[in-house]
Amino acid sequence: MLETLLGPWPWYVAGPLIGLVVPLFLLLGGRAFGVSSNLRHMCAATPTPRSWKPEFLRYDWKSSGIWNLTFVLGIALGGFLALTLIGIPDAGQSISEATRADLRALGIQDFSGLLPADLFSWGSLLSPASLILIVGGGFLVGFGARYAGGCTSGHAISGISNLQLPSLVAVLGFFAGGLLVTFGLLPLILS
Amino acid sequence: MTTATQEAQTQPQGEARTVPANRPLFLLAYLLIGAYLGLIFVQSEVVSWFRIQEMFRFQSFHMYGIIGSAVLVGAVSVQIIKRLNPRTLTGERVQLSPKEWGDSRIPAARYWIGGTLFGMGWALLGACPGPIFALLGSGITVMVVALLAALAGTWAYAALRPYLPH
Repeated sequence: MLETLLGPWPWYVAGPLIGLVVPLFLLLGGRAFGVSSNLRHMCAATPTPRSWKPEFLRYDWKSSGIWNLTFVLGIALGGFLALTLIGIPDAGQSISEATRADLRALGIQDFSGLLPADLFSWGSLLSPASLILIVGGGFLVGFGARYAGGCTSGHAISGISNLQLPSLVAVLGFFAGGLLVTFGLLPLILS
Repeated sequence: MTTATQEAQTQPQGEARTVPANRPLFLLAYLLIGAYLGLIFVQSEVVSWFRIQEMFRFQSFHMYGIIGSAVLVGAVSVQIIKRLNPRTLTGERVQLSPKEWGDSRIPAARYWIGGTLFGMGWALLGACPGPIFALLGSGITVMVVALLAALAGTWAYAALRPYLPH
């Protein structure tokens, strides 16, 4: 039992458990499951003079967003529980050998933990590659999610679950962008 | 009639608009659902940059299996909920507002342009918004920089929104 918990949880366990959040959200508060609108709530909650805020960020974030912000606080708590109760899985070891070979060819050497420490650590943060990955990637995630009106949870899971065509277009966009970076930009950034 | 008017008068204005989901017990429920999800995110490795690379290189079924089976469970539940049309625990009806196509001259502009930009960010950072929070909780503190960058991106979108095709 413990060994099963320690390894990466298989897709046929994790996927359905994640999918259950869709009806949980609908039955609990009647709202669709989506994470990225919290980034908007956080911007709206930023204590700046009202005139500094674009129209899009001027609304009562407390009444429309507290429940959702509590939810993302819970996600962070879940990450902490994973760390303390079970332990962080070594994803770099459980990915396919083909991926490891491709990434090694791009210069990645550390395959322990969830992310390559060569790129995702405070020590490497100021290297050009890390800045592009962390700051550039983070910026595009925030910008793109709000522009598209949702992220992986809102479009790929909630949206497609409700058979919404716009969400399918957005998810095709996610993949177009991901492939562009993986095969076009990443070799340039990491070389 | 009179009681309704009196009630409306005694209710402070802000109070009347408060979303029922913001009541303390509901907040606790959302916190717990979040913790459940964050734990699964980490233990199934969907928060891993390595797994996202593996997905975009089509070298494993893992991520496709997770997203696919999550959508399957989600879609079946949405169909059941639509048939039964139950009241939620907050006493409301389920809101499944469909996404709008938008009115830009470029068809579905926001979905494919925004989606492509998001996908680029997803592949660079190896994490989408949910996993950013899960990684923070699991001790990858450098992700606070990614969160701040994502907030800057959200703010930039808010500022540019009037000029972007939707």
